[in-house]
Amino acid sequence: MKKQATREAYGKALVELGQQHHDIVVLDADLSKSTKTAEFAGLFPERFINAGIAEQNLMGMSAGLAASGKVVFASTFAVFAAGRAFEQIRNSIAYAELNVKICATHAGITVGEDGGSHQSVEDVALMRSIPGMCVVVPADGPSTRQLLLELYERSGPAYLRLGRLSVPHIYNDDLKLQIGRGMELKDGKDVTIIACGIMVEKSLQASDILAGEGIMVSVVDMHTIKPLDKELVIRKAQETGAILTVEEHSIIGGLGSAVCEVTSEYCPVPVLRLGIEDQFGQSGSPDDLLQHYGLTVDKIAQKVRNLLKNI
Amino acid sequence: MKEINDQAVQQVEEKALAIRRHIVAMLCEAGSGHTGGSLSASDIVACLYFWEMKIDPAHPDWADRDRFVLSKGHAAPVLYAALAERGYFSPEKLMTLRKLGSPLQGHPDKRKLPGVEASTGSLGQGISWAVGMALAGKMDKKDSRIYAMVGDGELEEGMVWEASMAAAHYELDNLLVFVDHNGLQIDGRITDVMSPEPISDKFRAFGWEVMSIDGHDIRAIMKALNNAKNVKGKPVVIVAETTKGKGCSFMENKVEWHGTAPNKEEAGKALAELV
Repeated sequence: MKKQATREAYGKALVELGQQHHDIVVLDADLSKSTKTAEFAGLFPERFINAGIAEQNLMGMSAGLAASGKVVFASTFAVFAAGRAFEQIRNSIAYAELNVKICATHAGITVGEDGGSHQSVEDVALMRSIPGMCVVVPADGPSTRQLLLELYERSGPAYLRLGRLSVPHIYNDDLKLQIGRGMELKDGKDVTIIACGIMVEKSLQASDILAGEGIMVSVVDMHTIKPLDKELVIRKAQETGAILTVEEHSIIGGLGSAVCEVTSEYCPVPVLRLGIEDQFGQSGSPDDLLQHYGLTVDKIAQKVRNLLKNI
Repeated sequence: MKEINDQAVQQVEEKALAIRRHIVAMLCEAGSGHTGGSLSASDIVACLYFWEMKIDPAHPDWADRDRFVLSKGHAAPVLYAALAERGYFSPEKLMTLRKLGSPLQGHPDKRKLPGVEASTGSLGQGISWAVGMALAGKMDKKDSRIYAMVGDGELEEGMVWEASMAAAHYELDNLLVFVDHNGLQIDGRITDVMSPEPISDKFRAFGWEVMSIDGHDIRAIMKALNNAKNVKGKPVVIVAETTKGKGCSFMENKVEWHGTAPNKEEAGKALAELV
């Protein structure tokens, strides 16, 4: 199976966009080798701006560039983008409805050894709370590329959450994804798993195990957390009567919360949220951390069984 | 380089007076807002909108225009007054300041009012916008210039210095920033609350060309604006010595007038002086 980190796919797709569109400007904060904007910087130095280690100014300059007609892609690590520069994103970018795509890498605990200070578990919650902000969490390389191309076409502020870790492809290159439309990867009548990011592939694996036990599971890749595909959530709630959400993010404020907001208002069904409990991460290998915080195929399968028992 | 003559100076002085009268009237009508820092900035803003900048009120989005970013966004009334006087909208609209549904928000909102270049108010952010705009200008090889104004209290925001470092690093000689140095912030004298002094030395150390002027002397502002155009390879900051509440004797140098609007009686007194 082919593997690629979503940040790698982002770096390649940026180059592709840069070749096609001259209004694209890329900014980084001294992390271009890690965020993978370095290839764009090498090919289009006149359209790349390094802000240095200054994330507030990174966002402020992005606003000024966007207000001058540029389509801006601003990258740094998720914890510094959504966290440190939150208020600049809110007031300079989102409040002014500017065309800035905040493409944050190294999200979640799979940052690994750098530890909890660098593992954003709350960035989706923060970004989702800003009026008008689009929030996208791709599951693999090919979908990162396509969603980035879609984001270019869609005017306005957006937050793209990318990972450090190499993850298996679940899509082919000819996939058709749309911002704001969840992708149904598997159709089963018993439970629906709604996942995002690297947890989509693990959810697919869990569904195979469960199928062996006679439990038929639907799997949805909810790559757009905001605007959330309400219709799909409601339909899957009605069809299967129970939902499990899975994300590499705090269970507070992320995909799980977003799904619960829809089900509780429109179609109350039991929902379990699998994610990081209310705690910070720590140092460790990505695999050890995923195991430690319960973001595994086995845990997903176990949660589905629990959910079915309690219906 | 523009010619400076008595007639030009007098014209801008008249506009500065009109702007000050608008500020007092609209703040009185609004019942809240920032009077002192709007009045301290009036002469500089009048110079920019009625002498310096290449703008077209009929085409506020003209791509080759100069831009002004009011980073000290709480002084929105001075910007609104200048835009109205310049013909971006009817001066009657000034009386809707801070009211529900008005495009004249408490702090400038670029989505709502043509002529407003940046949504500011959260201090420290406007100067970053201006740096971004100057970068865009360089990228597109435009000869338009970017102007910004920061407050002296605003210099306490760390982001101002991030932006200043970037402006010098990228040699943005199309960027000119005024510091409205009126010496007061909400809690008192800037030197008592959290001193940003020595302001000129700081900018010089950050790689800027620094000029110091009397921010109420129209001729001095014009000269500085002219001189700034000769500076190549680095951004220019003009540290303008100003008086908070300038033009209304009972407001001048009074910290109480930072975030207070005049009542009807006070406005009448102020307007009687502003003639």
